[in-house]
Amino acid sequence: MKLRSRHLLGIEGLDRSEILTILDQARTFREVLDRTIPIVPALRGRTVVNLFFEASTRTSTSFSLAASRLSCQCVNFSKATSSVSKGETLLDTARNIEAMGVDGIIIRHPAAGAPHFLARNVKAFVVNAGDGAHEHPTQALLDVFTLREKLGDLEGKRILIVGDIAHSRVARSNLLCFTKLGARVAVCGPPTMIPPFVEDYGCEVFYRLDRIVNEVDVVNMLRVQQERITASSFPTVREYRALYGLTAERLKKLSPEVVITHPGPVNWGVEMDFDVADFSQTLILPQVTNGVAVRMAVLFLLAGGEHPEG
Amino acid sequence: MTRRLADAKAIRALIARLATQISRHNPGVKDLALVGIKRRGVPLAERIAARLNSGRRSKVPVGAIDITLYRDDLQMVAETPIVRGTEISFDISGKTLVLVDDVVFTGRTIRAALSALLDFGRPRAIQLAVLVDRGHRELPIQPDFAGKTVVTRRDDLVDIFLKETDGRDEVILTRRSPKSIVHSPKSP
Repeated sequence: MKLRSRHLLGIEGLDRSEILTILDQARTFREVLDRTIPIVPALRGRTVVNLFFEASTRTSTSFSLAASRLSCQCVNFSKATSSVSKGETLLDTARNIEAMGVDGIIIRHPAAGAPHFLARNVKAFVVNAGDGAHEHPTQALLDVFTLREKLGDLEGKRILIVGDIAHSRVARSNLLCFTKLGARVAVCGPPTMIPPFVEDYGCEVFYRLDRIVNEVDVVNMLRVQQERITASSFPTVREYRALYGLTAERLKKLSPEVVITHPGPVNWGVEMDFDVADFSQTLILPQVTNGVAVRMAVLFLLAGGEHPEG
Repeated sequence: MTRRLADAKAIRALIARLATQISRHNPGVKDLALVGIKRRGVPLAERIAARLNSGRRSKVPVGAIDITLYRDDLQMVAETPIVRGTEISFDISGKTLVLVDDVVFTGRTIRAALSALLDFGRPRAIQLAVLVDRGHRELPIQPDFAGKTVVTRRDDLVDIFLKETDGRDEVILTRRSPKSIVHSPKSP
């Protein structure tokens, strides 16, 4: 069983059966995580590097843990303490790390397309852990994994993505992934945060949360990315919360069947009130746990089997 | 050239013999459990357990183990194999486990299964039961209970078919054409 590409650059390049392959493998790794000794020797002798040019706690930790659960060594690189501050280019950094003998590069970069650029220029396999406002494929995979555990097949399920659709790589990857699995997707956010032609992805657009939030099976909240948005996106955080936040009042009116996901980290009191954390249908922590299993599946499928050098 | 080593009736007899050997070797053992190696070791373990359980009040638990993630040739195989998952619902610590597989050949699968099992706990003892021992071991591993011992060439194929996985009960030996078994002078 193999993915067509040597790399995981985005959900865009995966077809439905490849997505299901990754999810099926992830289910067996989820079981490994519950064992007394949650480590398997599958990738013994392999090394991957976490090449993170943006701040991250859960994604880089999740990839490190996924690697170590597979007996794969993981080296962490962060921009702050590296020669990037001396002006080293991305390609030089990657080639130097590769020259030390790594099999795979897990990259997060503020520039969209950075992982694709690396994939064309290095021999190691490349996993996109978030590139600018483009894609974050492992987040989408762990989201669908978590939703399928809870709801079963996503065919025909109605999923609403709420927030900054335009600047969110999670929104793009999730939108692609949900629709590839047959879900009916709607997006909702302020007009300044809805990208033009988003309907071309096969989703409906809503500007009023109250009009749609009670019609869906899943509410996929997004983080208000204060580092990416400009003052013109919305007037005040309070207004955003009132119009698009999952507030305690909205939560009370919500059907108890609706499940809520969020990629984290949550700005409590902005996109969601803290009451959501205690709501029985909130999947935020299961998402984090499943993230390790899904990333194990990705690393296993990319690093297992034939060695890249033959 | 193919030869049938056992039919459904013979397989039934082999399983009966394995069950007898196991219960004789472990008289009155309370904490006995069987673990089948996926895929064909699992139905075999279940059939052996059914024999062990008949006329007994306490049932011997049966687990299933997938050894894919413990293989020593993962780096060499062209395609990433399917991981099927391990299902052991009981605590193996302190138990006497009988590992069950269809064929023992190089011993590498058994080595992987032992590593996998030891990650689940610390059993009191592990024994090995196989339907067919076809020789050519590459590791110091021997079955405690073998239904049938067959002399084979290194490149022969021994295929076990079971009703549960293949729709019929049969053991088939396939000998490749004589050309394919020309040994290079280097091989031992």
